[in-house]
Amino acid sequence: MRKKKTHILGWILLLGSTITICSFLFIIIFHLFSQGLPVLSWEFLFGHPKEGLTKGGIFPAIIGTILLTLITTVFAVPFGICCAIYLNEYAGESRLTGIIRASIRNLSGIPSIIYGLFGLALFVQSMRLGTSLLSAGLTLGLLSLPYIITTTEEALKRVPNSTREAALAIGSTQFESIRDFVIPQAMPGIITGIVLTIARVAGETAPILFTGVAFYITGVPGSVKQEFMALPYHLYMLSTQHQSIETVRPLAYGTVTVLILIILMMNMVAFYIRQKFRENE
Amino acid sequence: MNNKLSAEKLNLHFGNRHTLKDVNISIPERKIVALIGPSGCGKTTLLRTFNRMHDLVSDVKITGEVKLEDLDIYGNTIPVTQIRRRIGMVFQKPNPFPKSIFDNVAYGLKLNKTPAGRINEIVEESLKESALWEEVKNDLKKPANRLSGGQQQRLCIARTIAVKPEVILMDEPCSALDPISTAKVEELMLELKKNYTIVVVTHNMQQAQRVSDEIAFMYMGELVEYGSNNKIFLSPDKDMTKNYVSGHFG
Repeated sequence: MRKKKTHILGWILLLGSTITICSFLFIIIFHLFSQGLPVLSWEFLFGHPKEGLTKGGIFPAIIGTILLTLITTVFAVPFGICCAIYLNEYAGESRLTGIIRASIRNLSGIPSIIYGLFGLALFVQSMRLGTSLLSAGLTLGLLSLPYIITTTEEALKRVPNSTREAALAIGSTQFESIRDFVIPQAMPGIITGIVLTIARVAGETAPILFTGVAFYITGVPGSVKQEFMALPYHLYMLSTQHQSIETVRPLAYGTVTVLILIILMMNMVAFYIRQKFRENE
Repeated sequence: MNNKLSAEKLNLHFGNRHTLKDVNISIPERKIVALIGPSGCGKTTLLRTFNRMHDLVSDVKITGEVKLEDLDIYGNTIPVTQIRRRIGMVFQKPNPFPKSIFDNVAYGLKLNKTPAGRINEIVEESLKESALWEEVKNDLKKPANRLSGGQQQRLCIARTIAVKPEVILMDEPCSALDPISTAKVEELMLELKKNYTIVVVTHNMQQAQRVSDEIAFMYMGELVEYGSNNKIFLSPDKDMTKNYVSGHFG
């Protein structure tokens, strides 16, 4: 009898926690969308800010965020994947690789503002890239590398050794076994990790604050050397820095709704890709 | 009788663990040699030293000599990939590539830069040799993982013999198979013996008795006794061997 009681108590505790957490999430999303969705319109999505940012749209910020994530992807993904392959397939277990792995794990715990300041020092000033799309993209790339390396390494670890041995046993080189079997088998995990990481960094504000994001610019950037607008910073600015915060509040809700929808879409892409690969197996 | 494979004063350590202790063994050409012994005695470890499958393990230390005829396997005179093409391996759990039946067999040929015109022919030959051709000839494009376990294991054998090895190492090839598939693989082994030297690790005493010419009994990393099938089963020199093959321990 007593055993049954503790069982029920445990069940209620677990269910209670789940409901509490989910309801917070639901309240946040509901609140944002109920305020933000009515603001969305063609003019809001494809128009430029007008009259001291109190009217008009957020088109430059949407494009800025998309270009920024593209640059981040181009720089971080190849390095991240190669690094993970080296660590997991070639480096073996030694004190040195232990230190490297621990460092990578620690890097993913560093506050993003520190990446912002580092980007300012390295890319903007030392490398003279200026405050630009390129500097900000590289900074976000640094921020996303530890996540990409870790998720890729996890995906590679899930490929059983029998796969590697099957290829080696008929005379493939280690490189051929990795290229032909290990990477294809790990691909769904690798892609999922990348998309989730990029979706995460798309919402970062601190790293781009000093490295290239602009308060307001007319038009979209024409080259990677120009400054740009981005959704998270635009939101921060509308909610705390604007001279008439009350007037622009609806625009802030609209901006956050667009940002969340973009991230949601990226997550759905990750989900779709994973499903697609599973079917092909 | 020619010796195909041999190990002399072979010692192997995994970190601090001394897994193979002074193993000396000569494996004659075109015979089936069974490695038997209780779990953890080092028989799979010994098998994997023959095609350098321990290379990927970082804390392994191997001393002594392992030879394929006159070639020192650990001598680094030829690339390890060349050695593995001459000494093929079939694993405990069937591990076909996630590709079609045809591509499973053709993969090794493509690595070998076999001319494209010859590939079809060799794939067919290999599947016939592994007694799988009749069952799969009409759907070679089918993914290999849709085959039954026994068929997958014979496909793995076909994949191995496609690159024309001289020795085939088999690590408990039937332990994941039902009795009928096991019988088929054993029949196949006896057929393959005509062209290949086979070393097989097995836990199954009846299997060792049915298929092998020579038997090596290992215990705690040592090669306790090595002799002909009849000798090991009927009049072994050591009591330990006698107890093991009669099922008194292990």
